[in-house]
Amino acid sequence: MAHFTKATSVKDWLNQRLAIEKVEKVMASEYWIPKNINFLWAMGMVLVVTFVLLLVSGIFLLMYYVPTTAEAFYSVNYTIMREVGYGWLWRHVHGVAASVVFLVIYIHMFTAIYYGSYKKGREMIWISGMLLFIAFSTEAFSGYMLPWGQMSYWAGMVITNLFAGGSLHADGLVEWIRGDYVPAQAFLGRFFMLHVLLVPIAIMGLIGLHFAALRIPHVNNQDGEEIDFDVESKKYLNGDKAGSKVMRFANDFMSKDMMVVGIFLIFFFYLVFYNYGFAMDPVNFDPADGLKTPAHIYPEWYFLWSYEILRPFNIDLGLALFGFAQVIFVFLPFLDRSPNSVPANRRGAAFKVWFWLMLSNMIVLTAMGKLPPEGVFSQIGLVAAILFIAQWIALPIITSMEKKV
Amino acid sequence: MENNSRRGFMGKAFGAVAAVGAVGSLVAMKKSWDPLPSVKAAGFTTLDMGMYQEGVMVTEKWRGKPIFVLKKSAEVMAKEKGNAAAEARNIKVGNDNFMVAIGLCTHLGCIPAFRSDSNDFQCACHGGMFDASGLVTKVPPPRGFDIPPFKIDGNKLILGEVGPEYQSMKDNGVTL
Repeated sequence: MAHFTKATSVKDWLNQRLAIEKVEKVMASEYWIPKNINFLWAMGMVLVVTFVLLLVSGIFLLMYYVPTTAEAFYSVNYTIMREVGYGWLWRHVHGVAASVVFLVIYIHMFTAIYYGSYKKGREMIWISGMLLFIAFSTEAFSGYMLPWGQMSYWAGMVITNLFAGGSLHADGLVEWIRGDYVPAQAFLGRFFMLHVLLVPIAIMGLIGLHFAALRIPHVNNQDGEEIDFDVESKKYLNGDKAGSKVMRFANDFMSKDMMVVGIFLIFFFYLVFYNYGFAMDPVNFDPADGLKTPAHIYPEWYFLWSYEILRPFNIDLGLALFGFAQVIFVFLPFLDRSPNSVPANRRGAAFKVWFWLMLSNMIVLTAMGKLPPEGVFSQIGLVAAILFIAQWIALPIITSMEKKV
Repeated sequence: MENNSRRGFMGKAFGAVAAVGAVGSLVAMKKSWDPLPSVKAAGFTTLDMGMYQEGVMVTEKWRGKPIFVLKKSAEVMAKEKGNAAAEARNIKVGNDNFMVAIGLCTHLGCIPAFRSDSNDFQCACHGGMFDASGLVTKVPPPRGFDIPPFKIDGNKLILGEVGPEYQSMKDNGVTL
């Protein structure tokens, strides 16, 4: 048995039993962050804060939400919005955060692509991050079902139909997923369970993995420089704080991180109080009706780019390319064959063009996905979708020809 | 040899118990997600085909899905003549001709809207179009409207039961 002595303080008592000082060092004060970073490195913390906002607002919504097809719509639009004190606040926080979290995820993702933060030992950070993206997408979709409005119902219909696999006609699989011939009570019940229990558990597990994946390679820096964290941290601890290339996670890095979080939260609550409309589709304020399709069915903005890849083609090709678009980002660390892990702009013309083209093309796809599939928009969407696929096919080729810098 | 040790045996024994448990629980989980018997049992709709007017599209409901019923006029029948794909989909009840189909776009399941002036259907989701017999005139839908299982009983149509007319449509690949 371990040897315990009479405690000299509460801290000492805890220290003997939980090693809190050591834990604090490992997790915060002696977890090292490079100094050569910018505000984009705060997106991780912004995401953590947004996730907490979703969790807390979700807990309050959960107390009044009723997951039945007869009552779901009214429990959201009447009970929560009109009867529960500040119920509107939780709903608007939840809706706005669900939308904004994807904006920050995309910034976080493209920051990683730009600075090459998925290379040289950081592959697992990227992969766990992309798994989080998939988990968040599932969470967003399942949550979108819950108000049981017209968009909930028809998005549920369209997305579950994807599982029929086009010409495979796996209608049995679709009915199994729904628990009915059409989205109904069984469907609402299981997506409610996914949204409030299973997927959040998966997200929390994946966040743990994402953080664990950071420990050994550490956070990347603005120049993709390989830093010897042992040497630099010793320098710091020996008093040469100015000469060291690293700083403490807490409080040094955290103080700047929270500064960005503060600015983000002002922007966020501005949206919640004054401009929440973008997160509340007007069509979803009509109760679900299985015999009436809304004039235009479109997903929330963060799914539009992949939806636009599905749309211009016949169903089998569309599904295949849609599947491709869903998973291809996961493989980025292995498709990028270049040894360079420096910012995209310094990797030579080919990758520089690839990066900015990918970013702007995804914006074009997003815009086209929102517009009705007619005339010139169909054409632009088709070209953009083909370009997206072509860029991923070209990536291994252009990066293997890249010169070492 | 570790495999022969008691510890190796215990490991294998636990593995066997766990495997049986895993398979059993997967079966239970799969079955729990199956449609309930009550859902499957409520799957029949009877339509009185004498009620419909020519050229007026009526949406009925079967298994929660919309069913398009369109009584065809003599002009429409004349236009269809010679078009084997359209003729094969025709449902004749007494002396009247009908298009009866599941009113869901075969692309991703939206409900196309009937346009009475052009006598065809257009889907708002992805722009697919169908003619009055339910055949595709503009992609992305991969095939014409599916036809629900039906049985002709005098002047009535029973959806959900398989009659000889439906069986032959299915055998000939007219519908899925």
